[in-house]
Amino acid sequence: MKILVAVKRVIDYNVKIRVKADHSDVDLTNVKMAMNPFCEIAVEEAVRLKEKGVATEVVAVTIGPKAAQEQLRTALALGADRAIHIDTSAETEARVESLAAAKLLAKVVEEEQPGLVILGKQAIDTDNNQTGQMLAALAGLPQGTFASEVQVSGDGGDKKLQVTREIDGGLQTVELTLPAIVTTDLRLNEPRYAKLPDIMKAKKKPLDVKSPADYGVEVASKLTLLKVESPAERKGGIKVGSVDELVGKLKNEAKVL
Amino acid sequence: MSILVLAEHHDGILVGATAHVVAAALKLKASIGGDIDVLVAGENVGAVAEAAARLDGVSKVRVADNAVYAHQLAEPLSALLVELADGYSHVLAAASTTGKNLLPRVAALKDVSQISEIVEVVDADTFKRPIYAGNAIATVQSADSLKVITVRSTGFDAVGEGNSAAIESVDTVVENRHSAFIKQELAQSDRPELAAAKVVISGGRGMGSGENFKLLDGIADKLGAAIGASRAAVDAGFVPNDMQVGQTGKIVAPELYIAVGISGAIQHLAGMKDSKVIVAINKDEEAPIFQVADYGLVGDLFEVLPAFEGRLDQ
Ligand SMILES: Cc1cc2nc3c(=O)[nH]c(=O)nc-3n(C[C@H](O)[C@H](O)[C@H](O)COP(=O)(O)OP(=O)(O)OC[C@H]3O[C@@H](n4cnc5c(N)ncnc54)[C@H](O)[C@@H]3O)c2cc1C
Ligand SMILES: Nc1ncnc2c1ncn2[C@@H]1O[C@H](COP(=O)(O)O)[C@@H](O)[C@H]1O
Repeated sequence: MKILVAVKRVIDYNVKIRVKADHSDVDLTNVKMAMNPFCEIAVEEAVRLKEKGVATEVVAVTIGPKAAQEQLRTALALGADRAIHIDTSAETEARVESLAAAKLLAKVVEEEQPGLVILGKQAIDTDNNQTGQMLAALAGLPQGTFASEVQVSGDGGDKKLQVTREIDGGLQTVELTLPAIVTTDLRLNEPRYAKLPDIMKAKKKPLDVKSPADYGVEVASKLTLLKVESPAERKGGIKVGSVDELVGKLKNEAKVL
Repeated sequence: MSILVLAEHHDGILVGATAHVVAAALKLKASIGGDIDVLVAGENVGAVAEAAARLDGVSKVRVADNAVYAHQLAEPLSALLVELADGYSHVLAAASTTGKNLLPRVAALKDVSQISEIVEVVDADTFKRPIYAGNAIATVQSADSLKVITVRSTGFDAVGEGNSAAIESVDTVVENRHSAFIKQELAQSDRPELAAAKVVISGGRGMGSGENFKLLDGIADKLGAAIGASRAAVDAGFVPNDMQVGQTGKIVAPELYIAVGISGAIQHLAGMKDSKVIVAINKDEEAPIFQVADYGLVGDLFEVLPAFEGRLDQ
C-alpha cells in the first residue's frame, strides 16, 4: 500500500508573530519556518506503517513556494521515499487556501492512487482545520480526523482502517473502507528527529516539481484578507504574596468568588 | 437569504454551544434578514429538537431522525447538509470537533471556502477570526454565494430559551457505505462542561501525576468549576485528551481561570486568554503565564492548593 502525506511549510511554532504595520498581514520576513507540527506527526505515522510492513511506499507532497522544498527534504530525511512539490511561486502573493490545497491534493490522489492519505489536523498559521476533510469530500473518500491511533486490519482487497479520534467528550473509534483520509492529532505518535546521515541521503531522493496548471487547478480564492490586527493585550496584573491575599483579592476586588 | 444552523447534541441532549451559534446567526440576520433554521440530525432526537425550538431567534427546527445520522459521522451528515444547503446563504455550526469534522466537507462539495472559528460578524460576508494561535485577528471577506462557517462559542453570548419554534421533519436519507461507528469512550463527570463553566481550574506538567490532579478536585467542587489541563499534562497521561485547553484543544473564556503548574506557552494561552480573571500559581516567578495573569502567586502548588482549598471554607 502506498501512503501519501501532505506537509505544509509554516512559521516555527516557537516564534512569536508580528503583525505588519499596515495591517495587511503577519510579517514573515526573516522568520524561522518549519514543517507544521501536525504534519511531522503525519510523516512519522506513515514511516512507522512502512516500518511495520503495512505500507510499501511513502510519498510526501507540499503546495507552496520554492522554499517549501526544505520541508519536503525533511520529510525525505524522516523516511519518505519520494516527494512532489506543487510550486505556487508563479501565483505571486496568492496564499493557498485550504480549498485550493484540497483540490490539488485530490488530483495527486487521482494520479498516485494511494491506499491512505495522512494530513495534519490543522496548520498552525491559519488554524483552519479544513484541508483533510475537504480532500476526503472531493476524492469521495471516508475520513478519520483528529486521530490518536490508526490500525489497518484485514487483507487483500478487504482492508479496513480503524481510527481512534480525539473528540470533545473523549475518544471515538470509527472503521473506514480504504482508501481513506486521516488527519493527525497530538497523541498519534511522537515524531523522531532526522539523523545527519539520513539528511544527507534525503538530498538524493527524487523530488518532482509541478505547477497548479499541470493539474488544471485554479489557486485563486474567493476569500479576501481585508485586515490583520493584533489582539487586545491583557493588562499586566499583580503578584500576590500569600493565599490569604489571593482569596481576598478574588472576593473583594475581582468579585469572582 | 436564510441561515441554517447545525444543532450539536450528545446523548439526546442539546449542547450549550448551539445557543452561541444561534447568537452568531442573529448577528447575521440583522444584516440579511430571512430565517434562522436549525437542523437536528441524529437518531431519536425528538428531545433535542424540542430544546432547539426553545432557542430565541429560531424560525423553525428541521429534524432528520434516522439511524444513518447516529453518532454524527461526517460522511452521511455532510451529504445531508449538502442536500439542504441550497435554500440558504449561510450554513453555521459550532467550532467543536463535530463541526470541524463536518463543515469543511460541505464547503468542498459546494465548491466554496470555509471560514473557521469566527469570533465576530462584521456583515453578511465579512468576519473576524483568530489566526496564529490567536496572536493575530484576521478580517476576511467571502465572495462565495454560500458561506460555510464554524463559530467559536466564546465570541458570542448564548441566546435565551423563551421561544417555541415550529418543528418539521426532513425525510432526506443518504447512504453510507464507507464509514461505521465502532465505539465511544466519553469522560463521565458531574462537573460542568469546560466550555460552559464559569470557573475553570487547569493543571499542567507541574502537577507531576494524574493522582495529584485530585488536589484540584476539592477546589473545583467548592467553586463549581470545570477542570482543564495543558497539553503536557495530557501527553504525560495525567488526564484524558478532552481536558486539553489551548490552540489545538478547547477554547474557554470563563469568569475565572486558575492555571496551576502551567508555564504559559502561546499554544496554551490561545485557549484561555480571553478569560475575565486569570490566576496563575507557579513556582517559577519567570513563567510567562504571569504576563497574562491578573493575580499571580509564586509558590509550590503542593503547599498552595491545600491552603487555597482550606481558605475557601472560611
Ligand atoms: C502543534 C502544537 C499544538 C499545541 N497545542 C497545545 C494546546 O492546545 N494546549 C496546550 O496547553 N499546549 C499546547 N501545546 C504545547 C505547548 O507548546 C507547551 O508545551 C505546553 O502548553 C506546556 O505545558 P505545561 O505548561 O503544563 O508544561 P511546562 O511548560 O513544562 O510547564 C510546567 C510548569 O509547572 C511549573 N511547576 C513545576 N512544579 C511546580 C510546583 N511544584 N509548583 C508550582 N509550579 C510548578 C514550572 O515552573 C513550569 O512553569 C502545543 C504545542 C504544539 C507544537
Ligand atoms: N499548502 C499545503 N501543502 C501541503 N499540505 C497542506 C497545505 N495546506 C494544508 N495542508 C495539509 O492540511 C493540513 C491541515 O491544514 P489546514 O486545513 O489548512 O489547517 C496540514 O497539516 C497539511 O497536512
